[in-house]
Amino acid sequence: MLIRVTEAPISADEAAQAVASPAAGAINVFLGVVRNTNLGRAVSHLVYDAYPSMAEKEMRAIAEEAKARFGLEDCAILHRTGRLEIGETSLVVAVSCGHRRESYEAGLWVVNEVKKRVPVWKKEVWEDGEEWIEGPESLGMQQAPASMQR
Amino acid sequence: MEVMGTVTVLLFASLAERAGTRRLELPLEDGATVGRVRDRVVAQFPQLAPAVPTLMYALDEEYAREDAPVRPGSTLALIPPVSGG
Repeated sequence: MLIRVTEAPISADEAAQAVASPAAGAINVFLGVVRNTNLGRAVSHLVYDAYPSMAEKEMRAIAEEAKARFGLEDCAILHRTGRLEIGETSLVVAVSCGHRRESYEAGLWVVNEVKKRVPVWKKEVWEDGEEWIEGPESLGMQQAPASMQR
Repeated sequence: MEVMGTVTVLLFASLAERAGTRRLELPLEDGATVGRVRDRVVAQFPQLAPAVPTLMYALDEEYAREDAPVRPGSTLALIPPVSGG
């Protein structure tokens, strides 16, 4: 199981190779990439902060749970931190399993769990300001009073 | 209250920027819980108060409830809503 939080660039190829297995008929790779707009504002770049040791623990727990839940051969999760420019890859999730359907379902489930509970934060930087983003799917926002949810 | 060792508190992202630090050591009082240590941090950095309703907590890298006991030498992380991916 390849699990890593790093300031260095992360690679789809490395993740796909890490989950390769003779028993796998499908390898599904998801890339999260930095988009140039959010909620109608032009984004200049992103800065990611993390609690790296806990983030890797949570990512490992998510990968283990995904393997059991979807019968995966293997699962890799890589998250980059620090400053990322438009088009750069912030997240790589790769899963391997027998058939395509569970590969798509597992890949989506893993990404959703990352957004829910892995302690990583992104700051959007615009031409005229910046803001730490509070993920609407995060455990923290889910527990908040309804009046505070976006 | 009797002081028994210390707790390390970690701040991230918006909390670290608002407080101007990522890490502090606090003396630990008898019967300390996650919520009580959090209250001490907010007393020291009142600018963190608006973030409290959406905070999560981790004790030694595991999510923990507000009423979880904090033992000497523990690390308590205050976790604002995560936004990875």
